[in-house]
Amino acid sequence: MLFTPTVIKNLLKKPATRLYPFTVREPFPNYRGELYIDIDACIFCGTCARKCPSQCIEVDKEQGLWSCDPHACVYCGICRDTCPTKCLHMKDVHRKPMTERIMMVEKGEPPKPKKKAAEAAPKAEAEPKADDADKGESKKADAKKK
Amino acid sequence: MATTVIPFGPQHPVLPEPVHLTLKVEDEIVKEAIPALGYVHRGLEKLAEIRDYHQMIQVCERVCGICSMIHAVCYSQAIEELMEVEVPKRAEMLRVIWSELHRTHSHLLWLGLFADAFGFESLFMQFWKVRERIMDINEATTGSRVIVSVNVIGGVRADLSPEQIRWILGEIDIVEKEVRALQDTIMNDYTVKARTVGVGVLSKENAYLLGAAGPTLRGSGVAQDMRMLGYGGYSELDFEPVVETSGDCWARSTVRFRETLQSIDLVRQAIAKLPEGELAAKVKGNPPEGEVYMRVEQPRGECVYYIKGNGTKHLDRLRIRTPTFANIPPLLAMLPGCELADVPVIVLAIDPCISCTER
Ligand code: SF4
Ligand code: SF4
Repeated sequence: MLFTPTVIKNLLKKPATRLYPFTVREPFPNYRGELYIDIDACIFCGTCARKCPSQCIEVDKEQGLWSCDPHACVYCGICRDTCPTKCLHMKDVHRKPMTERIMMVEKGEPPKPKKKAAEAAPKAEAEPKADDADKGESKKADAKKK
Repeated sequence: MATTVIPFGPQHPVLPEPVHLTLKVEDEIVKEAIPALGYVHRGLEKLAEIRDYHQMIQVCERVCGICSMIHAVCYSQAIEELMEVEVPKRAEMLRVIWSELHRTHSHLLWLGLFADAFGFESLFMQFWKVRERIMDINEATTGSRVIVSVNVIGGVRADLSPEQIRWILGEIDIVEKEVRALQDTIMNDYTVKARTVGVGVLSKENAYLLGAAGPTLRGSGVAQDMRMLGYGGYSELDFEPVVETSGDCWARSTVRFRETLQSIDLVRQAIAKLPEGELAAKVKGNPPEGEVYMRVEQPRGECVYYIKGNGTKHLDRLRIRTPTFANIPPLLAMLPGCELADVPVIVLAIDPCISCTER
């Protein structure tokens, strides 16, 4: 009985749900959706790969490859926030369902060697950290085997 | 009389997550319940050994599917205490706002599921319809509906603009109005009362002795709420633990209903007291050697994090004790003597979050 007013109100109102997928809600601008990279701005520093909590990004500085496993990505946006050149972005809609596993691989121009020589100090710092990330990877693989 | 054994779960229409109970019944009356857990163990605590302490925030958020924010707050507070980081006041208040929004939507979700457990489908839909506004607030302000990911060690990484604050205040006013419209139904409707009053009674002594937590404990008349410890921004807010004394399913649902309104009020208070300032303190180095024990109040009760640092970026040990884990012994005390048909209602009344429990 006590629910009757709610029932009557609901009868007189228009439906509370949308006719998805024919009517789609406007996405919120800050939504952390599909991740994509503007590869031309990437300097292959590897910060995103080190910071990513799910360790799903791999950066190959020599060949200029940036790859990400979108199925392992948890859409936290940490890579986007820590990227020094702000070349990672997130769309305001989620990724569409897929029928097969893919790997996002982007090829860009690796940084010029002569520029590298000029920045020898930061490079030396970057390398051991990259090793760390590798260790994390191999440990992860070990854990999986166990 | 002959005893029959009836398995309840791990898959059951009222259970969102898998837990198994072996029920020994004599003529529809439950005599004993034996639980079996371990269907969704994920080994998240072990990840602390291969993920650094910043990345563990994202792992801790995924301990629970509903209150990601409060797990992350608990973990961050523990690390901040270990590293002696001072969190800016604005960050503390923002954490309170999102934590209370989480509590609101978690309780609304539960109220809906509870109505579903005793077969009141339209009430279930009403609660979930109201909840959608809170989910929208989460999505618009943080970028995700449930796993908000706004915590960092030392503060938060998202802010609320004045327009957003105005919008939130308007939305929670509507939520409050819509929730109040359902108050009479969930508390006083005779069909609801027939299924909840006097069902699954847990006495005050038993609740305390068996270590119940959260609304299960407060529904039995013990005024214990970890927010009263005054962690984070809670020391500046004015509130009292919500307590009911009858100890049955009705009391537990009433506690949660009143806490929903209380959380909405806390969001308003926190917004009114939101100071200007930094969002996050700078954190340098690794957690030193040492141990920290952190307790916070989750929607389901007291959540405990134990952290042992060893001076590297990885932790020696991360131990999480979630409220559902504490609420299983009381559940086993509630079940004997009840009717078989009341088992789903009683199980749901502790708000079981099994993936939390098994981590
Ligand atoms: S952090 Fe940015 S610039 Fe550096 S490798 Fe990643 S995407 Fe490229
Ligand atoms: S969004 Fe998060 S999980 Fe996904 S690639 Fe970036 S850092 Fe990794």
